[in-house]
Amino acid sequence: MSVGPAVEEIPEASPLGRGGAAGALDVSAGRIRREHLHQLVRTKTFLAGALILAWWVMCAIFGQTFAPFKATSPNLLSFNSAPSAAHWFGTDALGRDVLSRVVVGARDILKIAPLATLLGTLVGTTIGLAQGYIGGIFDLVVGRVVDAALALPTVIVAFLFVVAVGTSTLTLVLVIGLVFGLIIARTVRAAVLQERELDYLDAARLRGETTVHVMFVEILPNVMGPVLVEFTVRLGYAVFTIATLSFLGFGVQPPTPDWGADIAANYQYLAAGYWWETLFPALAIASLVIAVNLIGDSIEAVLAQ
Amino acid sequence: MSSQAPPATAATTATALVVDRLHVTYKVRATDRLAVRDVSFSIGREQTFGLVGESGCGKSTTALAITRYLPSNGRISGGSISVNGQDLASMGPDALRRLRARTISMVYQEPARALNPSIRVGRQVAEVYELAGLKKAEALERAEEMLRVVQIADPGRILRAYPHQLSGGMLQRVIIAMALASEPSLLILDEPTTALDATVEAEVLDLLAPLRERFHTAVLFISHNLGLIARMCDRVAVMYAGEMVEQGPAREILDNPRHPYTVGLLRCVPRAGQRKDHGRLDTIPGFLPGPGDVQAGCVFAARCALATRRCTEEAPPLYQVSAGRTSRCHYYEQAPNVPRTTPQDVKLATPVEGGEPVVSVWGASKTFHARGERLHALVGVDLELGRGETLGLVGESGSGKTTLARVLLGLTVPDQGSRIELEGSPLPMACTARDRKQLQALQIVFQNPGSALNRRHTVRHIITRSLKKLAGLSRQESERRLVEVVHSVRMEERHLALHPYQLSGGLKQRVAIARAFAGAPRVLVCDEPTSALDVSVQAAILNLLADLQSQEHVSYIVISHDLGVVRYLADRIVVLYLGRVMEEGSAETVFTGPHHPYTEALLSAVPSLDGPPRERIRLKGEIPSAARVPTGCVFHTRCPRRLSSGICESEEPPLAEVEPGHMMRCHIPVDQLRRLQAKGPGPSPSPVPWRSSIMPN
Repeated sequence: MSVGPAVEEIPEASPLGRGGAAGALDVSAGRIRREHLHQLVRTKTFLAGALILAWWVMCAIFGQTFAPFKATSPNLLSFNSAPSAAHWFGTDALGRDVLSRVVVGARDILKIAPLATLLGTLVGTTIGLAQGYIGGIFDLVVGRVVDAALALPTVIVAFLFVVAVGTSTLTLVLVIGLVFGLIIARTVRAAVLQERELDYLDAARLRGETTVHVMFVEILPNVMGPVLVEFTVRLGYAVFTIATLSFLGFGVQPPTPDWGADIAANYQYLAAGYWWETLFPALAIASLVIAVNLIGDSIEAVLAQ
Repeated sequence: MSSQAPPATAATTATALVVDRLHVTYKVRATDRLAVRDVSFSIGREQTFGLVGESGCGKSTTALAITRYLPSNGRISGGSISVNGQDLASMGPDALRRLRARTISMVYQEPARALNPSIRVGRQVAEVYELAGLKKAEALERAEEMLRVVQIADPGRILRAYPHQLSGGMLQRVIIAMALASEPSLLILDEPTTALDATVEAEVLDLLAPLRERFHTAVLFISHNLGLIARMCDRVAVMYAGEMVEQGPAREILDNPRHPYTVGLLRCVPRAGQRKDHGRLDTIPGFLPGPGDVQAGCVFAARCALATRRCTEEAPPLYQVSAGRTSRCHYYEQAPNVPRTTPQDVKLATPVEGGEPVVSVWGASKTFHARGERLHALVGVDLELGRGETLGLVGESGSGKTTLARVLLGLTVPDQGSRIELEGSPLPMACTARDRKQLQALQIVFQNPGSALNRRHTVRHIITRSLKKLAGLSRQESERRLVEVVHSVRMEERHLALHPYQLSGGLKQRVAIARAFAGAPRVLVCDEPTSALDVSVQAAILNLLADLQSQEHVSYIVISHDLGVVRYLADRIVVLYLGRVMEEGSAETVFTGPHHPYTEALLSAVPSLDGPPRERIRLKGEIPSAARVPTGCVFHTRCPRRLSSGICESEEPPLAEVEPGHMMRCHIPVDQLRRLQAKGPGPSPSPVPWRSSIMPN
């Protein structure tokens, strides 16, 4: 009987009409997820984010072939020249074309950031699932470790590591991945705790399922929504963190073009009025972070419906 | 009543609410869907009008339309509603606000969600009076007085409490007090007691009749529970798929229904004398159509055994059955004789008499530790379950029913000293320590199928997994068995590819039952197997459980707050109170008596469809906390038959055999109980003094 609140009887509350009505049974299994995708594609914010992201991914892969100049070749005849028809974004102190450097500079950050985030999501999801499902002392101990790690800003932790082991793409991926893993673990744990209230887990235990099976086959599919949202949010932060490390000189090393490193190399000339050398890499970082966040927000909105 | 309305109107308007040809439309994905069609009724002052029907029939939509609280995609697309002679449609925002503040009050199902959790109860009740223009201190005084009216013994304490500190029954009284504080012309109760225990429900409902007269209020009572409607209402309307299919005096409709749907609904409810093998519940075949799905003819035609071509082509008008009675059926005269869809009697395997029990429990106790308190959820329970037997576990929430079931299943590990045996060999306490055979032997069907099935897995995956893990079948074998199992719960192979959210509640529960039977269990725990389902679905599930039991020779433990369900299925009944067995015996003995005073109170709290309500005894208050168990007999604090000698307060009675096969934990000798119960109830609670008209005018 209608045990739910009054709104249960409002048709829109159930997307398939009355749950068991004959028509609902014709619906194929993948319909809901496809519906999500359709809705996503119709969202303007998602489209905007995806477009910007696609542009930077293209730059990262093919940037070197379509950049107007070679990003690393200096031109001592026109250094610090303002944006013009020849150099749309101007040139830097060594006379290198800023547009070309921005385009090619997408390469490393778009390699490291997704890899690090992916690693973080894998680690974090596993820890979060274990914390939420096993609970008890395990949850308590891991929980305190997470608290301790999160007491320090990500950049500082990453900074310490890079100083200790030396900088490389692998180090950056590992460090950022692990720190983000701890943050993601928290979100996943909270989602798992909600699932733990549900009877299907008792049913699985009464079937003699192993802990690993319960975690990854029973619970994980039900917390994929938060995991996906967390992935996109962290991706945005990863871009930011990597750019910051590069700015501090611990990321991608010169002369390889990189947004953070280029800002670091040129911001001293801001006072002299050479704004383009700093502004365009900064805008590149901002646009990528915003794009990723737009995508994340729209996914969250669609999943929340 | 509204101070704005001229006094003459209030005095002369005998009908508080008139709904005339109401149509409500929801816009879903840019298409209009008619959710309520051509509904007309009126309610007079001091009258209670019942709206009954299954979920999705338009009851709540009708109520929302009356308060003009339809969601943004809904609108009144035809007809009119007038309250105290004022047309609702013509009201502006200000008039509407005044109407809601003074003329109409509404009480919803979930009391905990109706109050603001961070504001003290007193402030929230007093606010109603402040809105009416009283000063703060005076409003609080009135609030206290109002709580006394709804029989709250200690209003001062309640007013200072926050909502989460009060029980559901207490909260619902507070909400009723708030609803009546404005002395409304119309009180709408939407499933007001569905979330409460039967004993608490009985107390809350006892309040309503005298209050209705005191305030000259018209009551619109919405419920799915036919027994409640029978008890509470003067007139009743049965709704189906947005239409009012039958309307008339409550008693007449329930005793002599004149619409095939009403007939079907009534046949779905288990009554005295009906059991799984004799006088089976009938079912209504098919599914409820979605809003606006039926374009021509009668909305019920597709599920009606009487339907002819005329029914699918020509929509039936409201036929006048007799004075004050209407039915929307072309063949209303034949309606009482709708043919049954299931046989009246079936032959079921009977439980094996004597022999070794399948499961035995000795001294099962469970103490939970919470915030430094020890909660004794289960205290020394002994239990035996025979082969093919159905044991009913009965008691209010907090009595330990579910804890006992979970202990048996190994989901909750009991205290040291508890012992469980499965067919003579000891069973490990935790399910994680049990081997495949042991896990296979004990399975459960949960109350809420939505929560019991993994929503990301298909029906095929859910059942196959149990076949593999519990029955230990190979892939090919399980493929073959899967089809058998699915057919055995009357589902089809096309359902296998679906996810739980694509199934109705009834189908989901069938999947859960199929899963439980996949491993061929010896004992199946059914924890409130039908309380989340509609009446017509409940009947089908109960019959399915009975048939499967007979085929598979399984023993059942049925937990239910619905004594009708227990009576229909159970062979033997155990009554629990505060984790102790109070009474145990065959279903026959426990229902016919002599009863333990607690059982007696449980039985008399259930609203019944059978004739005039039986004499009632009422429990005072609610079940005490398991952390502070009363001394002596744990039931003495609420017992209506407590002995004056004081022995009940000082000494706990043993569970003794009072008749062959009938155990009871009570100091009163069984013969005396029999005499007392033949005589009827004890004294009823004294009325509360009342100061007239609490609203300023």
